[in-house]
Amino acid sequence: MTSLPPPTDKKLGLVIDLDICVGCHACAVSCKEWNTSGASAPLTDLDPYGANNDGVWLNRIHSYEVDDGAGGMTVNFPRSCLHCETPDCVTVCPTGASYKRAEDGIVLVNPDTCIGCKLCSWACPYGAREFDEDDGVMKKCTLCVDRVYNETLDPADRQPACVRACPTGARAFGDLGDPESAVSKLVAEREGEALLPQLGYKPVNRYLPPRPRRRDAGEAGAALTPQPLPSGAAGGDAAGDRFFRWVDRVLSR
Amino acid sequence: MSQQPEIELSPRIADEVKATTCYMCACRCGIKVHLKDGRVRYIEGNRDHPVNGGVLCAKGSAGIMQHYSPARLRKPLLRVGERGSGDFKEIEWEEALGLASDWLGEIRARDPRKLAFFTGRDQSQALTGWWASQFGTPNYAAHGGFCSVNMAAAGLYTVGGSFWEFGEADWEHTRYFLLFGVAEDHDSNPIKIALGKLKKRGVKIVSVNPVRTGYSSIADEWVAIRPGTDGLFVAALIRELLLADKIDLESLVRSSNAHWLVIQAPGEADDGLFARDAEGKPLAWDRNTEALVDAGSIEIAPAVVGRFALPDGRAAVPAFQLLAERFLDDRYAPETVAAETGVPAATIKRIAAELAHAAFEQEVRLDVPWTDWAGRRHEAMIGRPVAMHGMRGISAHSNGFHTCRMIHVLQMLLGAIDCPGGFRYKPPFPKPVPPPLKPAGRADQVVPDQPMGGPPLGFPTGPEDLLVDPDGSARRIDKAYSWEAPLAAHGLMHMVIANAAKGDPYPVDLLFLYMANMAWNSSMNVPGVIEALTAKDEAGNYRIPKLIYADAYASETVAYADLVLPDTTYLERWDCISLLDRPICSAEGPADSIRQPVTAPDRDVRPFQDVMIELGARLGLPGFVTETGAPRYPGGYPDYIVNHERAPGIGPLAGWRGEDGRAEGRGAVNPDQLERYIENGCFWRYELAPSLHYFKHINRDYLEWARDFGLLGSAEPIVHQLYSEPLQRFRLAARGHGERQPPEEHRARVEAYFDPLPLWYAPFEEAALVGGDLPMHAVTQRPMAMYHSWGSQNAWLRQIHADNRLNVHRETAARLGIAEDDWVWVISHQGRVKGQVRLVEGVNPDTVWTWNAIGKRAGAWGLDPKAPEATRGFLLNHVISELLPERAGGFRYSNSDPVTGQAAWYDLRVRIEKADPQEAAETAPRFETLRPLPGAPARPDVLRFGKEFRSGGGQGA
Repeated sequence: MTSLPPPTDKKLGLVIDLDICVGCHACAVSCKEWNTSGASAPLTDLDPYGANNDGVWLNRIHSYEVDDGAGGMTVNFPRSCLHCETPDCVTVCPTGASYKRAEDGIVLVNPDTCIGCKLCSWACPYGAREFDEDDGVMKKCTLCVDRVYNETLDPADRQPACVRACPTGARAFGDLGDPESAVSKLVAEREGEALLPQLGYKPVNRYLPPRPRRRDAGEAGAALTPQPLPSGAAGGDAAGDRFFRWVDRVLSR
Repeated sequence: MSQQPEIELSPRIADEVKATTCYMCACRCGIKVHLKDGRVRYIEGNRDHPVNGGVLCAKGSAGIMQHYSPARLRKPLLRVGERGSGDFKEIEWEEALGLASDWLGEIRARDPRKLAFFTGRDQSQALTGWWASQFGTPNYAAHGGFCSVNMAAAGLYTVGGSFWEFGEADWEHTRYFLLFGVAEDHDSNPIKIALGKLKKRGVKIVSVNPVRTGYSSIADEWVAIRPGTDGLFVAALIRELLLADKIDLESLVRSSNAHWLVIQAPGEADDGLFARDAEGKPLAWDRNTEALVDAGSIEIAPAVVGRFALPDGRAAVPAFQLLAERFLDDRYAPETVAAETGVPAATIKRIAAELAHAAFEQEVRLDVPWTDWAGRRHEAMIGRPVAMHGMRGISAHSNGFHTCRMIHVLQMLLGAIDCPGGFRYKPPFPKPVPPPLKPAGRADQVVPDQPMGGPPLGFPTGPEDLLVDPDGSARRIDKAYSWEAPLAAHGLMHMVIANAAKGDPYPVDLLFLYMANMAWNSSMNVPGVIEALTAKDEAGNYRIPKLIYADAYASETVAYADLVLPDTTYLERWDCISLLDRPICSAEGPADSIRQPVTAPDRDVRPFQDVMIELGARLGLPGFVTETGAPRYPGGYPDYIVNHERAPGIGPLAGWRGEDGRAEGRGAVNPDQLERYIENGCFWRYELAPSLHYFKHINRDYLEWARDFGLLGSAEPIVHQLYSEPLQRFRLAARGHGERQPPEEHRARVEAYFDPLPLWYAPFEEAALVGGDLPMHAVTQRPMAMYHSWGSQNAWLRQIHADNRLNVHRETAARLGIAEDDWVWVISHQGRVKGQVRLVEGVNPDTVWTWNAIGKRAGAWGLDPKAPEATRGFLLNHVISELLPERAGGFRYSNSDPVTGQAAWYDLRVRIEKADPQEAAETAPRFETLRPLPGAPARPDVLRFGKEFRSGGGQGA
């Protein structure tokens, strides 16, 4: 079995804003595109043009309808490794291939020592690991470890591919171990949540819950209904009379 | 056991990075393509680009798989078997171009109209439209007629702009955003970026849409409207605002024709036209002088209601009064429309109150001085921060033109057009209302071996501009600009094949299609279209004698071509995204862009635009040859992009013009222009001064700048058309006035729908089938991860959407005894199609919906014939008729908007019936499996894309 490194202050992870995720899959495909040629290359696709197409993805999007007590809402939920602080997926590994980096907490798989036993994917309650049948190796989100420190990239690009691509700005990357980091402040401000914390794995990633929807006029600052003006000079209430209110209006061009 | 391996944290991922423009949909985002060992390794958004600012959608990131798709065409193909059999032989380009130019040349010398040239999702319409005009055929259009022409035309005939390419919300300042019926692949990255910003700023977002997915899922409020009733909803909002006097009359009289006097003389030839003085200037009533005055003058206090005597003794009333009478009618009361729209009256009233609050209580003030058209300086820009956006869900109905127009009228009444926080024009818009361009194609303009002397598409302003013969019949094959679709600004591509096969209004000799999957998801009534493409006359000849198809991929339509011209992928060619076509500008300045080849084709394919230029030269089309008859653009499309001038100093690209490359807009040809674009990331952008950012329609400095830049013909203010006089001119013709009147069978229809004020009427299919057994609506939308049919060949995108379900409201399904995963028949007046059910709550209960264009014909797109796209995916197209149900007398109109000819996809009415459990759990109808094309590569069993890039870069080396 594999041991975890001592707890470190630096906890790199993602913050995902469920309030603005439209479920467009941009992050998932950008992830696939980067990583199929990156540290986990390839992310194999079986029967890619056939009846049973099935490939390895490190990030998948699910859309759910939930009852919010006010007519229901649709929530779009991107799912990838949460880079837990105390993950069983590491400790169950018989070869040490599954490991958590001491310097930043990123959970990775060493493809050279992975024997494809799948114990780690059984251990992960979040379904975040994907086995590459063709490669015989377990694959998972690397937090784009080959981007975030990559000195050949423009500093602005040293972030995971999913964050770089996200059109709505629903994803952020940073050090969740540093309370002063932008991501930590965002989590504090929006009351970000860990996924299923009761399981005890201490996920690093945070999800920001949907903001309360504003469905009442008062919440937009408006009166409940527009106040109809009394009818005009003709005194009647027929539609044709109602515009007499504008007879005396002095307008300028 | 915890030895942390060494991993390479700074792998060099590319040998080279080249900027270009995405073509995975119509957004035209800037991308950077990383190349390694000559192969495409990674595509990312270009951070500096005005469209996407660095982000990239799922389609854009999957561009690699499109580029390496096994469905790519490889070499020109000539049909050798029966049409539709897929029996082709590969031929050389010389033979292909020789055949094409022989066919085309013969037609041009005999009757140029016998060429029908229609170009689908073409991003080079400035070239293809001009090519058609030089050839001499009016039978040209792109896909707008079956997409969103209602939105475009209604905007251009009302405010001189519209949504998407024409304008955008003021995302930075708006306080309230109303989103109508948006297909989520339209303008997708800009809208997504903006929605994220609005949410962060706490702006209320209201989505009016029968379906709650995507953008609607993050809206504060989802208005689950019944399809085709958006006009009733908007009309009720207008009524509430009028009743409460929450309208901006000052803005209306400055920007619109609200105060122009309309002649009230029922039965007379000028009834309903504007009263004008001897010089033709429209008149208004000035309350200061109590006299008739030039409505365009500034020192007046114009009346907006009242009845005034004209010099000839007849009466006239201001346009605003007519509008108020229309919308104050109880027909549009919230209580009246609630049942029809499915939106409670209280919700409508509340949203009206919220609009009024945002517009009038949350005024936005920018301390930017500006000067109006009359030369008056204003110290600040003051705006009404309500913004709207609408697209195909509104457009693709037979009442779409008027509904779109109504949305613009709502914006005008709120004073929310091109102001801080409102809707903003993107240059080159606003244009005069409508743009001063008339369609060519009259009998005297179509002459053998001559160019047409005008563009095939334009904007009629009266019956005299129609393209009809003396008996009133259509002159174009698609009947655009006929009495059946007078303002068909984008043509009616959806009618071309059916009309051509029937010879109605006349047969054509050659149908030339580019990049439009007309034998599948781009047509209504697919079985009927396939029949039309293969129909033969008594002599055994095809009714459409010749068909040339150009595309990059093995779509369903390829099988029906006689000659296939294989295009390149978007990463293998030059393109230009031109101000002369559908531009990519922002509200703060014009922009254009190019594509450059980032890699060379590995197949015997040629860029379609190069082929058109070559054909133009072979045919000797005047614009394509020099005085001596030599090819004018021997270097193909890039040569044309740089050297073509549409008017002196105005070419396809506006940036880096002039001999020294320092001119913008207008300027001499610059031979180094493309190099300058490449250096700048393949785009050009011009930043307007802040004083030009708003009120462009009445902003003197903007109007003068636009004139000097070549975007406008003059610096006259752009007058919004609250009341549309061009529509009234058609109506007067229907009432028996003027030289050119509609034939009897069309008279009542023209009179009804050419109303100068917006109105709502029931969609035609629903109205025709009233009382029948088709109680539900069926609509489609495209997922954000797919663009039309292209996505299914993409190994990654088809893992997101490989089949489509019929989404049914849970309660509706319970009532019908239908459960999750059941297979059901969707039955319309046209036919039936089978699909599998998913139960949802986020849909209007009277509506079922599915993703569009996921269903594929077996054997197409390089997919295994057993792929889910073919076995479980289904198209609603099969049950949408291109014709409306028969009328008295047997005449059938096209299933289109009566004003613009826009295809009414979303008017579909259906019922659903549970399929017999014995029936195989797969879709129906199925069509014969298409055969693989000659030279098609074998489908790989495993795709290990990227493995080749890994050496030395992997973990634990």
